[in-house]
Amino acid sequence: MAEPLLRVQSLRLDIADHERSRSILLDVNFDVRPNEVMGLVGESGSGKTLTALTIMRLLPPAASVSEGRIELGGRDLLRLTESEMRQVRGSKVAMIFQNPRAALNPLMRAGDQVARALLLHRELSRAEARRQAVELLRHAGISDAESRARAYPHQLSGGMAQRVLIAMMLACRPDLLIADEPTTGLDVTIQAQIFELIKKLQAETGASLLLITHDLGVVSEVCQRVAVMYAGQIMEQAPVAELFHHPSHPYTERLLGSILRVDQAAELDPSRAIAFASIDYDNPGCRFANRCPYVLEACWVRRPVPRRLAEDHIVYCHLRNEGAS
Amino acid sequence: MDAALTPPAGRIEVRRRSTWSRGLRAVGRWRLLSFGALLILGYVFVALIGPELAPYEPNATHPQATLQEPSPAFRFGTDKFGRDIFSRVLYATRLDLSIAFSVAVSAFLVGAMVGGLSGYFGGVVDDLVMRLVDVLLAFPAFILAMALTGILGDTIPNVILAISIAYVPYFIRLTRGEMLRVRTMQYADAAVGVGNPRWRVVLVHLLPNSLTPAFIQLTLVLGWAILDAAGLAFLGLGITPPTAEWGVMVAEGAQRIITGEWWTWLFPGLAIVIIAFAFSIVGDGLRDLLAREER
Repeated sequence: MAEPLLRVQSLRLDIADHERSRSILLDVNFDVRPNEVMGLVGESGSGKTLTALTIMRLLPPAASVSEGRIELGGRDLLRLTESEMRQVRGSKVAMIFQNPRAALNPLMRAGDQVARALLLHRELSRAEARRQAVELLRHAGISDAESRARAYPHQLSGGMAQRVLIAMMLACRPDLLIADEPTTGLDVTIQAQIFELIKKLQAETGASLLLITHDLGVVSEVCQRVAVMYAGQIMEQAPVAELFHHPSHPYTERLLGSILRVDQAAELDPSRAIAFASIDYDNPGCRFANRCPYVLEACWVRRPVPRRLAEDHIVYCHLRNEGAS
Repeated sequence: MDAALTPPAGRIEVRRRSTWSRGLRAVGRWRLLSFGALLILGYVFVALIGPELAPYEPNATHPQATLQEPSPAFRFGTDKFGRDIFSRVLYATRLDLSIAFSVAVSAFLVGAMVGGLSGYFGGVVDDLVMRLVDVLLAFPAFILAMALTGILGDTIPNVILAISIAYVPYFIRLTRGEMLRVRTMQYADAAVGVGNPRWRVVLVHLLPNSLTPAFIQLTLVLGWAILDAAGLAFLGLGITPPTAEWGVMVAEGAQRIITGEWWTWLFPGLAIVIIAFAFSIVGDGLRDLLAREER
């Protein structure tokens, strides 16, 4: 098997408020292989975005990593100095944000922002950077790129702004692109176009993509493998087809069961519904325990050890570990 | 087809307005703001070419024509030394506007820089800066400027320095507050995310986006600085006779109020009132305009 490009190992992230600190992310393990699209799915508050920000080392001051490694191309990002990390950001790993308009500087022309990103990592003249920026914008599917390059962000539509952001983030050809719900706030046809674009550019540049989303439909279309996250823990990780056909974690099962289908009446099967309970970050065992219909004694006590069910299919659940534990 | 649904005959013109015509429409909509701006432009014009227009040197005395009423020869009359008040008011325009711009610009630059950095980096330095600002703001700006001028000594640069220091805290506060909002914007993360060093994120991306409130304050401070400089001079601080300056002239004229030579204090006084009024309405107008822009 090819050496993974990104390897996140037993990552633990603590957030401190006034009196105590909580491990929001606990024992997060996954990897992204070269030239692969990896999905990271989960509901709101599951820690997807925090995981991405940790990889970028853009964490808010209250958050700190207390354990784990994030290896990118063999280097542990968590141990780099800030100036080394600066070299990595943009040229090795870049991130597309949720709200494209908010991610662009409102006082700077779109083209200039892309050109500046180029100048950060390359030795170019300003004129050359500007020329290449227009080229990148055109490549990101912006028609009339020259005049759009002179536009300010508020003059661009949401989809257009996301294309600018994508052009900017891919300007220096990162090995890994993280896309954090890149289509929230865009209408459905534009969403499809943006995913097309991201997939096309990913294939062209040979970059790997870590796609963060809560939309399983998107995952099935775009990703090769997927990791399911809940309450800051990885629940299950598998190739997409495997996950959709043989979900092995009760949470994954219910997540898939929650997809509404046009050809079926939407009825709520009480036996398949997840109990209403707030996310339990404090359970030392499996954090899904308080909502899990099959909960066992062990789920409240200790974290399940990962169980390899098939090639690349790993699940963290005591149900699949009976006898093993 | 239903007649009401057919497009009207003839061309439907899509009108494109040039920047100029949009500017003119804005003038129509913001009459007060435009009026104030026009007044300011007039003063700036006088400040630039006033000395060319003045019929006499500001300190040229006419011993045979002291305390003359306004006349074609001395349009605003003469003071007790026979100096032409019209010429003095014109000359003073350059001095007073220079003081106002120097004060406002330097307080803006220092305040925005300090406030922006303090807001972005936070921590102990931020706490110290904010307590210092609290202390400075505990004094009315004019009283503080008086005390500082007293300490520094009566020269024009000292007046500028004193009034600037009195207004820096306002700019620090405003910019810091805006920076606290702006630094949590996603483009701050995005800028770091493509590999910008922190200092560049602050100076290039965040500081310019934090300047709107300070910029409005700038126009207001321009007016206040003129009032302060003239006020200090009136009290005999900072700018001293025989310098042609509005406050100095009003102070000299004030002695003549009871003796009836009204032209000695009225014209320099009007010069102060009108420009202070102009800066004030422009400041208010800009605040409304920019608040609307931000929706």
